[in-house]
Amino acid sequence: MPLNIVAMVKQVLDPEVPVSAYRIDRQKKRVEIDPTKKIAPVINGFDETAVEAALRIREAGHDVKITVLSAGASFVTDVMKKALSMGSDEMVLVQDPALEGVSDSTVTARVLAGAIKKLSPFDLIIAGRQASDWDNAQVPLGLAELLGVPCIPVTRKVEIQNGDVVCERVIPNGYEVVSAPLPAVVTVSNELGQPRYPTMRNIMAAARKKPQTWTLADLGITDLATKLTMLDLFIPEKQSKCEIIQGDDNNPVDAARKLALRLRETKLV
Amino acid sequence: MADAKGVLVIGEAAGGQLDASAKELLAHGRKLADSLGEPLSIAILGDNLGGAPKEAIAFGADRVYAVSDPVLKEPQPEAYLAALTALAKEQSPKVIVAAKTPLGVNVGPRLAFRLETGLAQDCLEVKIDGNKKLVANRPVFGGNCMVSVACDSLPMMAVIRLKTAEPLPRNDSRSGEIVPVNPRLDPSVVKAKVIKRVEEKQEGKRLEDAEVIVSGGRGLGGPEPFQKELKELADLLGGVVSSSRAAVDIGWVPYSYQVGLTGKSVAPNLYIAVGISGASQHMAGLSGAKNIVAINKDANANIFKESRFGVVGEWQKVVPALIQAIRELK
Ligand SMILES: Cc1cc2nc3c(=O)[nH]c(=O)nc-3n(C[C@H](O)[C@H](O)[C@H](O)COP(=O)(O)OP(=O)(O)OC[C@H]3O[C@@H](n4cnc5c(N)ncnc54)[C@H](O)[C@@H]3O)c2cc1C
Ligand SMILES: Nc1ncnc2c1ncn2[C@@H]1O[C@H](COP(=O)(O)O)[C@@H](O)[C@H]1O
Repeated sequence: MPLNIVAMVKQVLDPEVPVSAYRIDRQKKRVEIDPTKKIAPVINGFDETAVEAALRIREAGHDVKITVLSAGASFVTDVMKKALSMGSDEMVLVQDPALEGVSDSTVTARVLAGAIKKLSPFDLIIAGRQASDWDNAQVPLGLAELLGVPCIPVTRKVEIQNGDVVCERVIPNGYEVVSAPLPAVVTVSNELGQPRYPTMRNIMAAARKKPQTWTLADLGITDLATKLTMLDLFIPEKQSKCEIIQGDDNNPVDAARKLALRLRETKLV
Repeated sequence: MADAKGVLVIGEAAGGQLDASAKELLAHGRKLADSLGEPLSIAILGDNLGGAPKEAIAFGADRVYAVSDPVLKEPQPEAYLAALTALAKEQSPKVIVAAKTPLGVNVGPRLAFRLETGLAQDCLEVKIDGNKKLVANRPVFGGNCMVSVACDSLPMMAVIRLKTAEPLPRNDSRSGEIVPVNPRLDPSVVKAKVIKRVEEKQEGKRLEDAEVIVSGGRGLGGPEPFQKELKELADLLGGVVSSSRAAVDIGWVPYSYQVGLTGKSVAPNLYIAVGISGASQHMAGLSGAKNIVAINKDANANIFKESRFGVVGEWQKVVPALIQAIRELK
């Protein structure tokens, strides 16, 4: 039996997009991108790291099957395929219009837990530490609770040793080595290292793979009752009141001197 | 939880002393409790709580649940969860808040799932609205947007970002009740076991407590300036050196230097950003910074929009001159 790894991958708005391209629908409480800009979504950065972590377990010599799992209202196939072309085996998309604009982690975790139960048996769920859209950092913790399995969040190394998952968890001034029995949930952070680029061979292999698509009805989920209500969503106004200090003849050394004087005058040094 | 009542703060303590994060939480919690007109409690967990419970009263708590158990010796999230779930079920607080510490961001959401309620993560502000609901303001989309969310189910829960409140002034004559709790935890609740902890020796002040921070980004071009020019400037001002995530990702400095959404929250009086573009995710760590000074060669860099003073120029010229000028002023 191979080790069944589920890599959790969310499609998100590209975090590099400048805020000037954001269009906020304050009624529907949604963030959209100026459609004339034609900016594609991306796979959440930490989720590429999750796929990378799964692939490294395979490369460490374990027999693994990597299933990519995602939930959303709609997907851009070419974007999501990247998770397959990095080297994953299969992809399951829970796709349902009811998931449009969902930002409540309790809902997302319930949907994903339903999908994982349908995928069972699973041994290890690897997720990103947080999704760069709603920055919730809750869904994997919720998954662990709903599935009743241990959880090791924010790790930079994930290994399988004698049937346990052993991780290096990032803490503010160093790291911890944490071990948990399988099945388990772990989340990964960028400190794990750069996710790989898909190879030509894997891109071709991925092109032939067809993601399985499930609806909420397929999971037997009928209500998406939320626990939180979004009252407002807005872009905070920032008034720049920066005093740019210029040196005589644009001389930076002179500017630095003037800065030192201003810092002294304002009692900052 | 029909007769849910009061506000419960999840407080952290170490070595018998209340953590700074717990003092900040008590300041937030005090406001919430006062607007509800209900008591403020704090749960402090450990195996030996020392003076922490008394301290919590001095910093604003009306009641302290002093939860002690040998299994709580280490801050093991699963042991915390077991003890807190039992406590929350027994006491039925209306509101539970935790701090955005490594423990809080882990335990808070899992506790919410166990109690079948919702939690607002990483909040800057929390208040009680006219309907007696907990309403939280939190940044989303890397800090580019803000949302205001209302908690609809009990207990209403939030994790609050560090450095978003000043602790209340310590008042040792405040009175409060200390309730000892002995949960008799089964050690087998801890499934994820810490085998080893490796912590870097911290020289000097902690970033979180520094009044002056000199921070560097990708614009520094290499690791050396962090050790040399930035350190020199920081030493001169009695401060500490930090960085953006870009500098950590390239490997110039360790993660412990990182300020931002997924790094540390800091609140210095003076933050000098050198060769940092000022991405929203970086600025997310600076909501408590009082004065930002930017040194960047790109006049259009976002960092200038968020700074009080700025110099447009190459750091190689500006920083050494700044060091010299400050020396001359001293
Ligand atoms: C989910 C998520 C979480 C994140 N969390 C964090 C976080 O916690 N902390 C964080 O910092 N980032 C975080 N980031 C990354 C963030 O988006 C930026 O990529 C990062 O902050 C950029 O770092 P930087 O400013 O050093 O580099 P850059 O953006 O590359 O900026 C370098 C700057 O240096 C200037 N420069 C170049 N040469 C010189 C010179 N000679 N003299 C002066 N100036 C010069 C340039 O003009 C430029 O403005 C996160 C991103 C995501 C998606
Ligand atoms: N809709 C989703 N589909 C797949 N994975 C998700 C989804 N939402 C969250 N996740 C996973 O959970 C992690 C944390 O997300 P969040 O709790 O929303 O910040 C992400 O990095 C993903 O790995």
